[in-house]
Amino acid sequence: MALLEVTGLEVEFDTPEGVVKAVNGLDFKVDTGETLAIVGESGAGKSQLVMAIMGLLAENGSARGKAVFRGQDLMSMTPKELNAVRGRHIAMIFQDPMTSLNPYLSIEKQMTEVVMHHQGLKKDEAKAKAIAMLRAVRIPDAEERIKQYPHEYSGGMRQRVMIAMGLLCEPGLLIADEPSTALDVTVQAQITQLVGELSEKTNMSIILITHDLAVVAEIGDRIIVMYAGEVVESGTAEDIFYSPQHPYTQGLLASVPRLDQVMEDGLHAIPGNPPNLQELPDGCRFRDRCDKAMDQCLQPPPVWESGDGRTSRCFIPMEGGRLQAPVALPAEVTDGEGEAE
Amino acid sequence: MSKPVLRVQDLAVTFTSYVGGLLQRQERQVQAVDGISFELFAGETLGIVGESGCGKSTLSRAILGLIPVNRGRVMWMGENLTELDEESMRQRRKELQIVFQDPVASLNPRMTAGDIVAEPLWTFYPNMDRVQVDERTRGMLKVVGLLPNQVNRYPHEFSSGQCQRIGIARSLVLNPRLLICDEPVSALDVSIQAQIINLLKDLQKKLGLALIFVAHDLSVVRHISDRVMVMYMGQAMEVAEKERLYRRPLHPYTNALMKSVPVPDPRLAATARHDNWLTGDMPSPFNRPKGCIFHDRCPHRVQRCEADVPALRRMENGDWVACHRAEDLDLSIIMS
Repeated sequence: MALLEVTGLEVEFDTPEGVVKAVNGLDFKVDTGETLAIVGESGAGKSQLVMAIMGLLAENGSARGKAVFRGQDLMSMTPKELNAVRGRHIAMIFQDPMTSLNPYLSIEKQMTEVVMHHQGLKKDEAKAKAIAMLRAVRIPDAEERIKQYPHEYSGGMRQRVMIAMGLLCEPGLLIADEPSTALDVTVQAQITQLVGELSEKTNMSIILITHDLAVVAEIGDRIIVMYAGEVVESGTAEDIFYSPQHPYTQGLLASVPRLDQVMEDGLHAIPGNPPNLQELPDGCRFRDRCDKAMDQCLQPPPVWESGDGRTSRCFIPMEGGRLQAPVALPAEVTDGEGEAE
Repeated sequence: MSKPVLRVQDLAVTFTSYVGGLLQRQERQVQAVDGISFELFAGETLGIVGESGCGKSTLSRAILGLIPVNRGRVMWMGENLTELDEESMRQRRKELQIVFQDPVASLNPRMTAGDIVAEPLWTFYPNMDRVQVDERTRGMLKVVGLLPNQVNRYPHEFSSGQCQRIGIARSLVLNPRLLICDEPVSALDVSIQAQIINLLKDLQKKLGLALIFVAHDLSVVRHISDRVMVMYMGQAMEVAEKERLYRRPLHPYTNALMKSVPVPDPRLAATARHDNWLTGDMPSPFNRPKGCIFHDRCPHRVQRCEADVPALRRMENGDWVACHRAEDLDLSIIMS
């Protein structure tokens, strides 16, 4: 059974310029012990979707849909019920470790508070547990360093503390929102590897949110690619990296600067800008930036699927895929299958 | 060969910080840039790479005279910039421009794109005809891939990639001869990064600019540089011609930086990166390791590295490296 199953998730924000739809009908699930990566540019809605699940949307935001975690719908919980789940069963780490830690409290205070609150441990038990967890994320001299304050840690160390803090209650699910983006490449690699190892050891599920496909290659089991609030493609890491179907995924992969390949005629860039949710084009939302755009892209594109969560939202047929819902395709699409591939 | 336009010699920048209470106040020195030397030719791109805190941004600012230097010279077209008085330096700034990392924060939110781009013109040529300024501004916006009719828009109406284009337009409007880009793409989405790198490459070719491209990531630098300098704790570890550097780095730190770059390929990622891991963080700048500054993180260290400081020395092929073991280490990058 899936640990978390999200269906029909929609997120809207009420702004002075009108209602903005950040997430437009999203379905996905995370199995136990699995790492799901959600990839997309700014404005894709990837952060807002987890904020909605965790009940952390801004004042002007509202969400609809279901997010069933261990049999309970998170979306219909009261704040009190949610508080019992957040931090205890679902932990979250954010992009900027400095702003996520309280600068006035020692690491010890911040870490022990979590277990004392959620698990009712005594102070010294809590401290022992916190030290053990700091060791697990490879912080040297954990007994000494736990007394220090966030500013005495480097960026990479702070993110380790955040991870340790998230793992203290042995959650079933860790949501990591761009955990390594603000860090140096060298530290990024360490953090990504650490998260991967810990999930393997504890059988914890992970939702990893990032704008950089390269980061996902190492630890992602399944990948969802989002664009302008919609899933444009999903599949296993193998599917996405070795046979990407959607032009957007292909473009994202090609624009990663690689050490092992040099493009003589410059890097591949996706033209245009990340989507502006207030001025979305009709039909396919990626149309303006797509190098394969056709006339029928003025209509909303169909979704192709081939079992086990492999999908592509495009008029170009997916290899081995069938249409998810019976959609009346313009004649030229169904006829031109061979050409399009 | 022609003469270099920029010659930096033994440049050092020291910051002072104070620790302790009022009565036991102690001064501590941080060597942010510690004896950097290099040359740059017109039309050439030098990539400067290193982790945060390695002094790469301080170096860029010191070259432009934005912070005082403690030692060394910045020779621009044969003239030492560090000795110029304020007014002469101000005049030189027309030729030396910079693009900053955070494209949105470096633009004034209350000025239109047109005003932002035109401001350097008004500053340096106050008597310039308004029509001329307008023409030049619109032309510049077009050069960087924006529409001339966007002159009246404010920064918040642009995406971050477009804001970076405005930043580039502003830095190029005075026809500079040296452009320093300080992490110009690290705040941008991956798909947009490529646009900006390609734009900079194009503009450089067209305008014959000398370009210094600062980044923390070797993969981005590869696509734009002719030569690359790798910095660590204020010092140059390796300065090398690009092709050679990426084929066979001579310094273990360069090698470690390369191995940290994520590869967008699950099978390669599983095998390629895990040996030779760079462990730990950079040491505290107040407590610099003796001997080779990188030795405590170096997987190839030998006893000698803990005692002797390796000098930056010239190898047979003309590249520079600061490592005792440069000859006997084989750090070739094996990739598909």
